Amino acid sequence: MATHHEQDFTASGDIPKPQTKWIWKTFFILVGLTAVEFLFAFTMDAGTLRNAIFIILTIFKAFYIVAEFMHLKHEAKALIWSILLPLALVAWLMVALLAEGSYYYDSITNYFK
Amino acid sequence: MSTSTTLEAPNTGTWDGGNEPLKASYGKLMMWFFLLSDAFTFGSFLIVYGLSRHSHMPYTGKVEDFYFSTEWWPIPEKVFNAFPGLHGMDLPLAFVALMTMILILSSVTMVLAVEAGHRMDKNDVQKWLLWTILFGSIFLGCQAWEWAHFITGDDKGMLLADGTTVFGANLTVNQYGPPLFADLFFFITGFHGTHVFSGVILLIMVFINTVNGVYHKRGHYEMVEKVGLYWHFVDLVWVFVFTFFYLI
Repeated sequence: MATHHEQDFTASGDIPKPQTKWIWKTFFILVGLTAVEFLFAFTMDAGTLRNAIFIILTIFKAFYIVAEFMHLKHEAKALIWSILLPLALVAWLMVALLAEGSYYYDSITNYFK
Repeated sequence: MSTSTTLEAPNTGTWDGGNEPLKASYGKLMMWFFLLSDAFTFGSFLIVYGLSRHSHMPYTGKVEDFYFSTEWWPIPEKVFNAFPGLHGMDLPLAFVALMTMILILSSVTMVLAVEAGHRMDKNDVQKWLLWTILFGSIFLGCQAWEWAHFITGDDKGMLLADGTTVFGANLTVNQYGPPLFADLFFFITGFHGTHVFSGVILLIMVFINTVNGVYHKRGHYEMVEKVGLYWHFVDLVWVFVFTFFYLI
């Protein structure tokens, strides 16, 4: 790699102090979101609204994992888009297949009885 | 070499080579695109899960009166309500909550290892890698227990129409609901578990290299970062499996 040079780190004994505040902050956000999910799971009746809440909270969790833990937020713009655009298209494909697949299933089970 | 006097001036444009237009190394980019393709795979699993679930009747009665039947798709919290050592108690989603916590924690220790790598702190990298290996292994153990319990079943089982009782699950029949429910459980959590297992193996390899000072001599801990990306992805997949399989 061009940007990395051979360096002798063993000679210099000074290692910088760890900067871990943001890591624990992200951790507590993830734990908090999971706790909220459990709260909804036990206090709310099952239904479309509850499922929507679950999916939205899941997307929030995914954002924090990918943006902070996987560091994507701090990468070059082109890299961010080359990951996010295909994923957005796949999410679209999933929604479309689920909708169309349900329709197809209803068709073959109801129309050909 | 002194004969080569007419060297052309090198091209220095963005796409002329010799630089990193995306400001990330080749290895990291390839890991990103591998993970993207892996996301497609898990996406297809979720589509199959959604369609299979939709092609079965949902349970429409009261939650308190719920019982297992092949007529409808089971309510997840009625299936996953066991906890090791607490036999016969109804603890909905408690064990899976513990597993989620363990995996999120392992993700945190992984970031800490990557952070230590940036500071060239070999001891810290070793420490956090070991924690990550530990949490990953615990998660695998939890999943083994979960599978064992799922396969063995509870004390009640499910009474079939022909008078026999089914306990636990296999690929053709299970006590929880339609056959596809157990099939998808094995398929999706199994595929995720395989990813965790590969991750643990990769982490052990990276740990051995770290101990031997391979990355320190190389001058950077990028390999820890790349395995870290993979490990976070595994955590990410679990977040989705957790939502779609256990909550919804």
